[in-house]
Amino acid sequence: MAKITLKNLRHSYYPNPKDPADFALKEINLDWQDGGAYALLGPSGCGKSTLLNIVSGLLAPSDGQILFDDQDVTDLPPDARNIAQVFQFPVIYDTMTVYDNLAFPLRNRGINETEVSTRVTEIAQMLDVNDMLQTRAANLSPDNKQKISMGRGLVRDDVNVVMFDEPLTVIDPHLKWKLRSKLKELHQRVKATMIYVTHDQIEALTFADQVVVMQEGEVVQIGTPVELFERPAHTFVGHFIGSPGMNVLPCELRADAVYLNDTKIEIEGPATTTNAQTYEIGVRPEFVTIADTGLAATVHKVADIGRHSIVEALIGEVKVSAMVQGDTPQKGDQIYLNFQQNQTRLYGDGWLCSTAKGAK
Amino acid sequence: MKKHNQKAWLFVLPVLILVAFNALIPMMTVVNYSVQETFGDNLFFWEGLGWFEKLLRSDRFHDALGRQFLFTGLILIIEIPLGIAIALSMPRKGFWVPVCLVTMALPMLIPWNVVGAMWNIFTLPDIGLLGYFMNHTLGINYDMTQDPLAAWITIITMDVWHWTSLVVLLAYAGLVSIPDAYYQAAKIDGASNWAVFRYIQIPKMKNVLTIAILLRFMDSFNIYTEPFVLTGGGPGNSTTLLSIDLVKIALGQFDLGPAAAMSLIYFAITLLVSWLFYTLMTKDDLN
Repeated sequence: MAKITLKNLRHSYYPNPKDPADFALKEINLDWQDGGAYALLGPSGCGKSTLLNIVSGLLAPSDGQILFDDQDVTDLPPDARNIAQVFQFPVIYDTMTVYDNLAFPLRNRGINETEVSTRVTEIAQMLDVNDMLQTRAANLSPDNKQKISMGRGLVRDDVNVVMFDEPLTVIDPHLKWKLRSKLKELHQRVKATMIYVTHDQIEALTFADQVVVMQEGEVVQIGTPVELFERPAHTFVGHFIGSPGMNVLPCELRADAVYLNDTKIEIEGPATTTNAQTYEIGVRPEFVTIADTGLAATVHKVADIGRHSIVEALIGEVKVSAMVQGDTPQKGDQIYLNFQQNQTRLYGDGWLCSTAKGAK
Repeated sequence: MKKHNQKAWLFVLPVLILVAFNALIPMMTVVNYSVQETFGDNLFFWEGLGWFEKLLRSDRFHDALGRQFLFTGLILIIEIPLGIAIALSMPRKGFWVPVCLVTMALPMLIPWNVVGAMWNIFTLPDIGLLGYFMNHTLGINYDMTQDPLAAWITIITMDVWHWTSLVVLLAYAGLVSIPDAYYQAAKIDGASNWAVFRYIQIPKMKNVLTIAILLRFMDSFNIYTEPFVLTGGGPGNSTTLLSIDLVKIALGQFDLGPAAAMSLIYFAITLLVSWLFYTLMTKDDLN
């Protein structure tokens, strides 16, 4: 187990990158604490798998360093880094039994059979696969195969980090939930540093203590699930996390007050920059309410999603979603919207630029 | 009792007719010949299983069968590992992939009798490139029309040259279908190159290799044209394989009965070996 540090890490798949657009990863600086559960979250193609493969050593970065406990491992091959990785599709050795599969990483490292047997039995217990140890791995169901892949990563007790690359992609929905809680449980038991790559926000938010949100090769925000939800550092995070995502409304910053279609909007606190090119208001649908006075809007669409409804309304040309409980207006109705002030933020050129009242 | 409409059987009729004409009827004429004796003039005499008995007791048949198994065994032992080795060393991506594939496929595109003629001329001691080089430059006495060993080396080499590509292409197809994640996982698990070969590449290639071995077994067991053009079964009878012997009996001596009996035994051996092999190889996949 180790602390992982990424220093000025950049990567390009082209031999001679010039343009910043040539880089799949643009300048990443990160610290992952020993024993933490982290998620790398972002849309497909944002560079999260690239980053993972660089940490595991399957890919050499174009620039920068990777440190495990302050030791430079940038030039070490994967097997010398002592890491484990679980892939999107279960990787199992077809001809071996489940037992031999789990024992494989240990035997390759010349560990004696008595210890192999103790470790394998222990891991099999944790994963609930002890009754299938003698079956051929090829005959297992996909979720059990993926459990075995995880088991091969966890069987070594000295791994620096266990990495998961969208491990639940091929798993049936009702088993996803089971495996997810299994993973969480495993993390608490083995206390290894774990990094979980996914584009599914629910997976990321339920698994991780800290979520790293990435977009186009850059880290946009690192934070706890609550922080990401409440104070997205970038409109992208606001959009990407939450269902539906944050309302992002173009606005104007005049003499230190914010105007949406010439209506003054109260935001959480003063703006920190005044020289951004564009300004936007960010407010989550959870904090938009329908009231008797406020911003005039026309109801455009109402969607019932169970416990509450999503009302989509138009303020002029701008679409705003509100989460409403109880009675909902009809399509075409004129309504008035209120934004809860302490949850209404200002974004300049995409980045958060309002400070909360009372914050330093 | 419920009355069934039996008209659906008519739909099976075309297939029945087709199979009858392309397999059953020709096969039955052979069965018919195999139990009779003829002296021409379309006069046939009942012979029972006599031809089968005689054939199975004849040294000539035993020798030809032995040579056939030796030939097939040798080319399988050489072509399968060699094919896998070449496939493993071929590039997986980039400019050289099509170049390698086309180069590999070339020998297979040459007609059988042309291959035989090519190798015949190639190995002639006085004018063939190889023959001249061996005899006159290296000073090794190499003449496949005189020396049985030279003849065997030549037909084996020829078959390896002609057909290893098939194994290569099948093995290569098996190799490229292995997802990268397997290699990455093996690297992380600390597996050696040998372990990767043994536990990933061979199991993933198993199905295509089964097909490769089956095809090479059937083709080489039934081989006729190339050795016929190359050595004609000689020197002496040293390269007279089953098919060459069969043609000698059927068309050289016009012994229809013995030839028919031999065809049936020949066919039965090919079928039996193929069936046994295939059943053994796919046994694991069934449960």
